[in-house]
Amino acid sequence: MSDTLVRIEALHKRFGTNHVLRGIDLAVTRGEVVCIIGPSGSGKSTLLRCVNMLETPSEGKVVVDGVELTDPECDIDRARTSTGMVFQSFNLFAHMSVIDNVTIALRKVLKQDRTTAEAKAMQLLTRVGLAEKATAYPAQLSGGQQQRVAIARALAMEPKVMLFDEATSALDPELVGDVLRVMRELAEEGMTMLVVTHEMDFARGVADRVVFMDGGVVVEDGHPDQVIGNPREERTRRFLANVRERD
Amino acid sequence: MSLSRRQRLRLVRGGVYSATVAALVLILLAVDWGALGGALFKWNIVRDQFPDILTTALRNTVIFTIFGFIGGLSFGLLLAIMRLSSVKPYRWFAATYIEVLRGIPLLVTLLILGFGIPIATGWQWPNPYIQGSVPLALVAAAYIAETVRAGIEAVPRGQMEAARSLGMSYTRAMVTIIIPQAFRIIVPPLTNEFVLLIKDTSLISVLGVTASTLDLARFGRNGVNDTANATPLVVAGLVYLALTIPLTQLAAWMERRSKAGRR
Repeated sequence: MSDTLVRIEALHKRFGTNHVLRGIDLAVTRGEVVCIIGPSGSGKSTLLRCVNMLETPSEGKVVVDGVELTDPECDIDRARTSTGMVFQSFNLFAHMSVIDNVTIALRKVLKQDRTTAEAKAMQLLTRVGLAEKATAYPAQLSGGQQQRVAIARALAMEPKVMLFDEATSALDPELVGDVLRVMRELAEEGMTMLVVTHEMDFARGVADRVVFMDGGVVVEDGHPDQVIGNPREERTRRFLANVRERD
Repeated sequence: MSLSRRQRLRLVRGGVYSATVAALVLILLAVDWGALGGALFKWNIVRDQFPDILTTALRNTVIFTIFGFIGGLSFGLLLAIMRLSSVKPYRWFAATYIEVLRGIPLLVTLLILGFGIPIATGWQWPNPYIQGSVPLALVAAAYIAETVRAGIEAVPRGQMEAARSLGMSYTRAMVTIIIPQAFRIIVPPLTNEFVLLIKDTSLISVLGVTASTLDLARFGRNGVNDTANATPLVVAGLVYLALTIPLTQLAAWMERRSKAGRR
């Protein structure tokens, strides 16, 4: 219990009359990699976006690293520095070079000087294999390269947990591998990760736990071999059958 | 006799062309070109306009335009942010302001603020430049606010989310991420606003002018009175064009370039 990094309790989210999350309980241990799978519209992205309060929960609690984000008194800007997020559509800052994308939050939020920030950024860019693209602009990069820069940008803030929101869904198939490789390395280094994904092989190979969501609730939660390999629930089986058919 | 579609079309087009040419020829013959030229573009009067039309009139027009634009841009930016705010009273204020100031002719606003306020309050405008520029800026702000708002809304939502996810505050994200991108989008329409403003400064002279605060339009009108000839106004018009045409061309070029860049 003491090593719980992310704790979600009785979480509900409504968009008007649309009840998207219907009571989610989920705990993520430090160093754990949890993949969230499920059909589109099941609420998995909304759940992830509630973890860093990009969506404000209607009810329930979100606690990250001992800080309750759902507390109205919480300094949300500060609390967000302990979560890093990678988006489906990359969302690199289009008017900034790659290195500025990675250093901007270091300089503007953590008030580091440019030299320190850039040294760190170069380290991270090297790690994702894009050091030579430091001066390029996002529009000059492939989708896969943009997503790796986005990962470096999020890592620069030294987050406690990384949130991946369908990070490979917008990529051409041949570019998916590079991004997944970076994510796998990150997992191996012990980063705590919450990953919304359609990549069943990744979930099976990398995740410590797989959560299957449908209709705004967690249907099944367990070891990947169990949830993906031998699901207990009928809904999980049907979803996995559909995914396999598509592949 | 039956004509094919194409033959009929050719016949109609031929008719239109010959009627146009005939009308032009008639005009050319009917107009007394010497008299017209003498009244609109008399060389010695053209020469007399210089250098004052540049050193006084153009200078004043440029001063009014620049003050109006800087004021309008700053306040317009604030209005746009208020218009997009989650705080309802801000939104209402900005929306009302924009509607009202865009709905009243500039001439009326100029008179209300320039004359009405001093009459109502006893307060005097400190100098004619401020008296002219402030109303101009307040009206320009209403138009610029809508342009800026469109620009901010054109920046993809994900940019704000990414910035917030990195721990930036709303204000920090606006200043560092959203507004710089919005401005790239709105430079062409802003340039057009600037051109409109240049022309709108011609109304400021209704507030009364001294010899040193004459703008281009008033300078031209006074010239007409002095010479009983329209040449000074024509020259003033040409000086306006010398300002506006390069700017509209620049805006068009930037628009083409940004379209090409997005592809």
